[in-house]
Amino acid sequence: MAAEREPPPLGDGKPTDFEDLEDGEDLFTSTVSTLESSPSSPEPASLPAEDISANSNGPKPTEVVLDDDREDLFAEATEEVSLDSPEREPILSSEPSPAVTPVTPTTLIAPRIESKSMSAPVIFDRSREEIEEAANGDIFDIEIGVSDPEKVGDGMNAYMAYRVTTKTSLSMFSKSEFSVKRRFSDFLGLHSKLASKYLHVGYIVPPAPEKSIVGMTKVKVGKEDSSSTEFVEKRRAALERYLQRTVKHPTLLQDPDLRQFLESSELPRAVNTQALSGAGILRMVNKAADAVNKMTIKMNESDAWFEEKQQQFENLDQQLRKLHVSVEALVCHRKELSANTAAFAKSAAMLGNSEDHTALSRALSQLAEVEEKIDQLHQEQAFADFYMFSELLSDYIRLIAAVKGVFDHRMKCWQKWEDAQITLLKKREAEAKMMVANKPDKLQQAKNEIREWEAKVQQGERDFEQISKTIRKEVGRFEKERVKDFKTVIIKYLESLVQTQQQLIKYWEAFLPEAKAIA
Amino acid sequence: RNTHALHPSCASVDLQGDSSLQVEISDAVSERDKVKFTVQTKSCLPDFAQTEFSVVRQHEEFIWLHDAYVENEEYAGLIIPPAPPRPDFEASREKLQKLGEGDSSVTREEFAKMKQELEAEYLAIFKKTVAMHEVFLQRLAAHPTLRRDHNFFVFLEYGQDLSVRGKNRKELLGGFLRNIVKSADEALITGMSGLKEVDDFFEHERTFLLEYHTRIRDACLRADRVMRAHKCLADDYIPISAALSSLGTQEVNQLRTSFLKLAELFERLRKLEGRVASDEDLKLSDMLRYYMRDSQAAKDLLYRRLRALADYENANKALDKARTRNREVRPAESHQQLCCQRFERLSDSAKQELMDFKSRRVSSFRKNLIELAELELKHAKVSLLSLLPPFPQLKGPPGTLSAKAV
Repeated sequence: MAAEREPPPLGDGKPTDFEDLEDGEDLFTSTVSTLESSPSSPEPASLPAEDISANSNGPKPTEVVLDDDREDLFAEATEEVSLDSPEREPILSSEPSPAVTPVTPTTLIAPRIESKSMSAPVIFDRSREEIEEAANGDIFDIEIGVSDPEKVGDGMNAYMAYRVTTKTSLSMFSKSEFSVKRRFSDFLGLHSKLASKYLHVGYIVPPAPEKSIVGMTKVKVGKEDSSSTEFVEKRRAALERYLQRTVKHPTLLQDPDLRQFLESSELPRAVNTQALSGAGILRMVNKAADAVNKMTIKMNESDAWFEEKQQQFENLDQQLRKLHVSVEALVCHRKELSANTAAFAKSAAMLGNSEDHTALSRALSQLAEVEEKIDQLHQEQAFADFYMFSELLSDYIRLIAAVKGVFDHRMKCWQKWEDAQITLLKKREAEAKMMVANKPDKLQQAKNEIREWEAKVQQGERDFEQISKTIRKEVGRFEKERVKDFKTVIIKYLESLVQTQQQLIKYWEAFLPEAKAIA
Repeated sequence: RNTHALHPSCASVDLQGDSSLQVEISDAVSERDKVKFTVQTKSCLPDFAQTEFSVVRQHEEFIWLHDAYVENEEYAGLIIPPAPPRPDFEASREKLQKLGEGDSSVTREEFAKMKQELEAEYLAIFKKTVAMHEVFLQRLAAHPTLRRDHNFFVFLEYGQDLSVRGKNRKELLGGFLRNIVKSADEALITGMSGLKEVDDFFEHERTFLLEYHTRIRDACLRADRVMRAHKCLADDYIPISAALSSLGTQEVNQLRTSFLKLAELFERLRKLEGRVASDEDLKLSDMLRYYMRDSQAAKDLLYRRLRALADYENANKALDKARTRNREVRPAESHQQLCCQRFERLSDSAKQELMDFKSRRVSSFRKNLIELAELELKHAKVSLLSLLPPFPQLKGPPGTLSAKAV
């Protein structure tokens, strides 16, 4: 039995959600400000063995203090190490667990990797706060950038290659800065591998960006217009966010496939990721089958936490989708406003040219210039609307789908356990029959089968409890990340709005004397 | 259904009339398919029976008055103030109706806000149509010649309705014919008729007005589109604010306050965006629209003058012919005299009118552009103030965001 820590206490009504810390006043001065100096190095080996029941009503020695105001990612990292112990099912790669120095979460402020002026904002800057809470020495930092999209090849076989740059001080990597070239299907392949390894044991694996046959075809065909540049930029930003989210996950970061993806110069082609390939179609069929199965599993939920959480995520999903639709409309209309403003600017300039009163003519030309600048502002704002607001929402809509997926896997796990118990029962009945019928060889077989199924039942129970524990932790981590993500983006978005208004003030203040100068 | 007490508001036009004849639309009622304007006159002129009186007029009666001026030879040398556009609530009514038919996915708050927006739009259209009708009358009242017209007195004073509605159908037909004549005028004015312009001033005015009118029409259309896009944007904030509210109320973590505050903020921004849209409408679109019509009226004046010139030239030719043939010289001479006088009269008054047009235009643009800039500044500053308090970390220029805040 793997030595493991108990998940946060259940029954005492203190959820792993993060309630409002302070009163409404200081909106964002919450999470990190109350962190005390970080704990010392962990002692993974000395974790007490515990009796883990699904309800966790058993003894709870040294609990992980996943307190409201403590960002104890440090403790999580420790747990990850212990979970890598060899007793686990060979679902992880067969390589021995890497000797990872348990770390305290701190990162440097990520310098912005901007390939061009209009690239999507990097939303994963860490705050200086996190450095301040640095442990005595160990630093966890890794920063990924996706840049320089480059078209390789021609016609329908062409593809976009992206540069993936990693900057890190983690010792698991051989260098501190390195980059490789990857194509979109490589990303999908990575996700596919990670998903197959971790999803069904309860880890929330961040989903990869979506395929787009239309978008990609335009690029392949060589249309060098603004819509295909926009498409490429959108995809580049999405790939970057995808990798950032993936490496932030302490368990996934340890995964050798991820490391290979980031480090090795050559990567075997992931061929089963194409939408219409055989594997793709198989995936679709499996998904459909899963959906049907989900409906027929009536799980005896003994743990209200899970039911509650599922409902919460369902609600969140609905609301985010609604918001996303509205934000997309906003983006669209702001672009329209920008185009209309540009058109008006031109006609104002023409009018100014026609006007035969000199001062008025000049004022009209100035008005045209102001409107042109305002058009530029609208474009930038639309850009912010999209990359900050809209893409965040669509990322989370897909992340929540992944969360729902792990809950489903737990149900399937339960079902398996249930089925094993039923089968064990049948085997026992069979044994009883054999005893009465006095068939010694069949009796022996029956006894063997019973032993086999007893073991399976035990395993089933362990698996179920394991996945339940993992999910609780994952959900806790997910929610923390979500809060951080949203707060960061909200601040950034508001900054963009502030910036726009400040510019508007500048432009109109410059124009006013021109208007007054008309005599 | 809607009645509003209004004050004289001629934002688009700068009038410098004296106070011996003051006209305003003191009230207006919008019924199903028509608007009834209460035209109030205050005057010490002897032409009127009382010093203060009101009548109720509908749109068609304004058109009748306008056409009466246009057809009057006496005013051929003047710019006739453009007729007010027909009140048109169709689009607004349709939108309100569609809203009523309902979209069940919309919450009650959203519905209330959308209804409020549409009602405000309706009200704005209503106010505008009143303003347009009012400014038409006020320009007439301010003009030294036009104000003395008998039809104008009748319009202002005659208690019964002017029974012009039936007539207007004939008018419409007449209008159609008039447009055909107009295209002949276009040929005149664009110089395709071979008519020689002798006066530099008018030559300049002709080329100027032709180009100006086209460009201001373009600018007006595009300003309208900007204004509509702004309105669209403001409306977009409604569902966003509602969705953020729902999100906020569902959250149990710190995002609760974030979302709720953001929802509130977007509501405030929505109102500001709406105000920006309506100010742009009033100060920019409406002004451009007015001068588009006014420049058309100026062009009409030029047509009339050129027609007079054409008549004059033809009269000259006829006179020459008569002299050559030595037949009916007298009538030809007197006819030529008349044409000459008419042409010169028109030219003199047209010159004055066109210079007035320019000064009117310049002062109106000045006033509106200043007001536009001041209002845009005001809204931007208010927006900025709205953005800062709920999120106190946003102090100063971006980039100075305190790390502690995130």
